Amino acid sequence: MAKIELSFYPGCSSQKGATSSNYLVSAQTMCEELDIQLNEIPDWNCCGASIGYGGGGELPRLALSARNIALSEEHNSGQEIVATCAACWLSTREAKERLHEDEQMFKDANAALSEAGLKYKGEANVRHMVEVLVEDIGFDTIKSKVKKPLEGLKIAGYVGCQTNRPFGIAGESFENPQYLDKIVESVGAESIPGYEKKVQCCGGALAFSEPEKSQEMIKGIIEAAYDNGADMIVTPCPLCQANVEIYQDNINEAYGTKFNMPVVYYSTLMSVAFGRSAKEAALDGQVIPAKQLQEIADK
Amino acid sequence: MSDLNTAMIEKYRSSFLKEVEANVEEGEWVKMCMQCGVCSGSCPLGKHWDHPPQEIFMMIRANKRDEVLSTDSMWMCTSCYNCISRCPRGLPITHIMHGLAVYSKRLGLTQKQQPTAQFSQIFWDNLMKKGRVNELKLGLSIYFKDGFGQGVKNAMANQKLGQNMMKAKRMNAMEFFSGHSVKDLSGFQKMVKKAQEIEAGNIKDFK
Repeated sequence: MAKIELSFYPGCSSQKGATSSNYLVSAQTMCEELDIQLNEIPDWNCCGASIGYGGGGELPRLALSARNIALSEEHNSGQEIVATCAACWLSTREAKERLHEDEQMFKDANAALSEAGLKYKGEANVRHMVEVLVEDIGFDTIKSKVKKPLEGLKIAGYVGCQTNRPFGIAGESFENPQYLDKIVESVGAESIPGYEKKVQCCGGALAFSEPEKSQEMIKGIIEAAYDNGADMIVTPCPLCQANVEIYQDNINEAYGTKFNMPVVYYSTLMSVAFGRSAKEAALDGQVIPAKQLQEIADK
Repeated sequence: MSDLNTAMIEKYRSSFLKEVEANVEEGEWVKMCMQCGVCSGSCPLGKHWDHPPQEIFMMIRANKRDEVLSTDSMWMCTSCYNCISRCPRGLPITHIMHGLAVYSKRLGLTQKQQPTAQFSQIFWDNLMKKGRVNELKLGLSIYFKDGFGQGVKNAMANQKLGQNMMKAKRMNAMEFFSGHSVKDLSGFQKMVKKAQEIEAGNIKDFK
């Protein structure tokens, strides 16, 4: 398989000591195994995420992503931009589309960028890592790389919102996407295609500002995983992962539940199944330990 | 009431729809709403909106300017994009809700204590400082947004969560002193300042 080179936009939450630093570690391990080379966009900035709009408005928000795209076009010329974070991907792709559709906005964004000595062309493709997995790598190749099948594990595929809407993955429905279940199957675990909360919102950024409202939704996401007999939840989104994992104590306190459900990334599953160590799969980054994965990794 | 708000009332006394079309992100789509209600039924926080999106679209067309700009409904948007993906006419509803929220805030009509409006500004200010989000300071700013006493209470209540994150190396106390940053911070900040000026200028054009 030829090496795939991508212009990589890691995003704030993946940085060292940040909430999804474990996502980055496992994604890097996964990419090594799949012969994907990640060329980080030099000096990238925050995309504004899904909540920056309230302070940033439209053009300043779009300028953030335009700067990242411009940097990528300058330094990683000819490479597709890929993000592992749902909000990073969404913001970057949304900015690209808006600047493409709106000529004035394109001019205004470039006027702002010229202050930083940059120029936005808008030629680079913007993709999410799971698109690369599904469309370029393929489930069969993923399957062929498995050294330690995750046998006996039942895993609920929680796609969440922003990896799924408004852009989604080509060929998948917004309401019942299947690709995460197929990834689960590819690494030898049992999927739950009928997991009814697979595209339920976790509250996103409102988990911080409206914790009660968000935790009520998170409770439903975890409860449905238990109802379906899941051993753990897998997700492609850093905010989904954090929200569903780290508030389980709070939810248990508020609702009298006894949740203790591990929530991992697809890249965690793949790193373990590909035979890499627990550390390389970033299992030490779990707040709720994924003991069954740990055992397979230690075998 | 801000001067800008007074000026806008004068200019658009007769048509709030025109004002929204001119000054709200993706506002030109509002007239396309066919009142089917799918957006309202699809919203995960729907039950918490005083006026769900479908209603807001009709209220805009019915010239209910004060009611629309002073409701905190739009701040209930979690950016899940359910409404966008389901709208039969393809209205970018999420963006219109964000746009209305921002416009209400710009005019000084958003309630000061609206938690998501506060968080949104805290988040933006945080990322403006270094070009990248400092999660530790972001968390602390949220805990302490209502003063020191409440901040200590919030921090104590979430102590275990913080300890869990530190143990998993997904939170770093050193971020308080340094933290991640873009290298060309000056270029970054100049770019944003310019974008803000252009955006503010675009609004003045419609006075």
